Amino acid sequence: MAGHIDEKKLVTGALVIIAIATLALVILPYVQLKHIKAPDALKPYTDIQAKGRQVYMSLGCVYCHSQQPRDAKFAPADEKRGWGRASTAADYAYDQVHLLGTMRTGPDLLNIGARQPSQDWHLGHLYQPRAYMPGSIMPAFPFLFIERKGPAKPGDVVVNLPPDYAKPGTTIVATTDAVNLVEYLKSLDRTYPIKKTIAESLSVDKAANDKAAAETKNE
Amino acid sequence: MNPSSMIDNTSLVLLLAFSVSVLGLFVFIWSMSNGFFNTKESGSHIIFAKDEIGLVEDPAASQTDHLLQEAAGPTDAHLTAEDLKDRQIADDSSAIPAFVCFLAAMCWLIIGSAAAIVSSIKLHNPDWLVDSAWMTFGRLRTIHLNSVIYGWASMAGIGVSLWLIPRLLKTPLVGAKFVYWGAMIWHVALMCGVTAIGLGYTDGMEWLEMPWQIDIFIVIGGALMGVPLFLTLANRKVEHLYVSVWYIGAALIWFPILFFIANIPYLHSGVQGAAMNWWYGHNALGLWFTPIGIGAAYYFIPKVLGRPIYSYNLSLLGFWCLAFFYSQVGGHHLIGGPLPTWMVTLSIVQSVMMVIPVFAVAVNHHMTVNGNIKAVIHSPTLRFVVLGAMLYTAASIQGSLEALRSVNVITHFTHYTVAHAHLGMYGFFTMVMFGSIYFIMPRIVGWEWPHPWMISAHFWLVSVGFAIYFIGLSIGGWLQGVAMLDAAKPFMDSVAVTIPYLKARSVGGSLMVIGHVIFVVHFFLISLRYGSKKEPARLIPKVNIPFIKDAKVAAKELKRG
Repeated sequence: MAGHIDEKKLVTGALVIIAIATLALVILPYVQLKHIKAPDALKPYTDIQAKGRQVYMSLGCVYCHSQQPRDAKFAPADEKRGWGRASTAADYAYDQVHLLGTMRTGPDLLNIGARQPSQDWHLGHLYQPRAYMPGSIMPAFPFLFIERKGPAKPGDVVVNLPPDYAKPGTTIVATTDAVNLVEYLKSLDRTYPIKKTIAESLSVDKAANDKAAAETKNE
Repeated sequence: MNPSSMIDNTSLVLLLAFSVSVLGLFVFIWSMSNGFFNTKESGSHIIFAKDEIGLVEDPAASQTDHLLQEAAGPTDAHLTAEDLKDRQIADDSSAIPAFVCFLAAMCWLIIGSAAAIVSSIKLHNPDWLVDSAWMTFGRLRTIHLNSVIYGWASMAGIGVSLWLIPRLLKTPLVGAKFVYWGAMIWHVALMCGVTAIGLGYTDGMEWLEMPWQIDIFIVIGGALMGVPLFLTLANRKVEHLYVSVWYIGAALIWFPILFFIANIPYLHSGVQGAAMNWWYGHNALGLWFTPIGIGAAYYFIPKVLGRPIYSYNLSLLGFWCLAFFYSQVGGHHLIGGPLPTWMVTLSIVQSVMMVIPVFAVAVNHHMTVNGNIKAVIHSPTLRFVVLGAMLYTAASIQGSLEALRSVNVITHFTHYTVAHAHLGMYGFFTMVMFGSIYFIMPRIVGWEWPHPWMISAHFWLVSVGFAIYFIGLSIGGWLQGVAMLDAAKPFMDSVAVTIPYLKARSVGGSLMVIGHVIFVVHFFLISLRYGSKKEPARLIPKVNIPFIKDAKVAAKELKRG
């Protein structure tokens, strides 16, 4: 059978193709990005925040919320909406599993903690999004809460709903998952300034030096 | 490698990557063409018996095949008793392995469709079915994706591939038992994976949600199902590998590698994880589903019409271009994101280059069907496969456009992308699989499809349903993107504008689901050999021309022997 030359071509060709693609999209980015260090202002997730991040993943929040504001030069509305400056690779230094997302059925959340730091708001919004945002199509997450007849017990994290949505005689208590998730959401804050690229950071430093030098001269 | 120099020299790296890749492609095609194009156009005749060209074949059209033959034109082509026997042996060898895969695919089609329609309704009725965690949108949508991708589409694709191999290599399938084990492991692993997602256990990345402990078994199952291809290749009786073998063979090599690398735990992190995520996500389409879909179309279109493919060399050139360009487009999912610019730009360049292989396929399919378009009316297989092939062209061109930054800035992060993804996976791949299964099943069970009206109902429900789905969601997604880019409008405007279109998607989706139910019921009816048997599912049309007598004698002899 002609030594099965076609098979050899098929297998070799297929392997070469996938090797090139893997080199370009997996290995080179790995080599380039592994050196990137977290910015000083970015802190690793606390234990509770990390647990909250797991809840975020398990409920599939990523399918409707991105975590990657785009560059103002490319899509200016992202920054104008208060979603924050364009993110850089360093902003994700502590993200073992990335949650960049590909959909914005809801808004970008990379800086939701800076925009909305209130635990009350987040808990109530998870319990019933439409109580806070009329027209929202985010699912309600009642299973993250316990409806308790009568008053709260000591240690309960009570959800304070807007008057129209509160049920008299019932207390809404957040589960640990809900509290952890909110702790994670509140931790989402990458509003610190960042040097976008090394080239840019060098030119910024140079400008600062020149300015400092000029000031010294003036004195 | 010094990171600072790499970041500083972004444009240099890009230029270098691009030059190397184009140069590489030329070297590659040149080396492959050595002896490769010597087959001339006769390579396209390999799927036919010696005097078969001109003779139509569609076992799903057994009650209208004389009309099909009329549409394809008169012929004195014929099959000898020897030809019929060879084909019977080939089809028998793959019957049970392919059937096992189809059976699993049908279950997953129903599960995936149910999860899909509920998810779709939830997007405009957000307080519906919110009481349990597994029913929340984020989980149900993921159950839908994994069921249709790894259940329906992969299982149907593997089944069609396994069935085609003996016909393409004119060699009985070797190693069927690997398929039984592989399919069983895959099926059980997938059930565990989907259950895990419902319970909230996820690896967190799109297309890669199933926990990695379960993924190990998917890799094992997938690899086992690929074994018969190589065993059969080793025993093949044909001199030349038909173009479908290249597509299908490469896909069966690529998928286990992709899936394995993507699921290595704790290796990928941060934005590098995102780069890998979309290297995988788009290669699952480009190097797994697309080659299987095109490989099937390259068999069924010429085979049903009894007419070799228009330009065989073009089809082979298209194969290597597709493999080369498609494998590097993943970065276009991250345009505007925090990734190295060179990588994203490389992917945009390759996305645009995709028009070359796409045109190669489009020209070929179009020119093969050209002049025989009436045949589409009488052949259920052709109807689905030709529609799928047309939508492949549409999806691919749309994909190239969406990768352009000026278009992407609007469509990224919107339902427009969801509609596009379905144009590829549903409009193209799933339609081709429907058509293929209509052709194959009568050959597997030796029984005709009991109710031709169910095939028509299936076709019209899914076609009309999908048209509503796609057009609605594309418009809604575009408006969503435009609203989102206008900072003067509140974000909620970009939500509100989509609502009517999300409802349209639920309407279209419901029609598709009804179509699927009809299809699956019909599948079980034919599997149980329901209804009155007319004649053995034919290899040849019942046209009153001389050869038919020989063939009938041959069929009888075959039965006895």
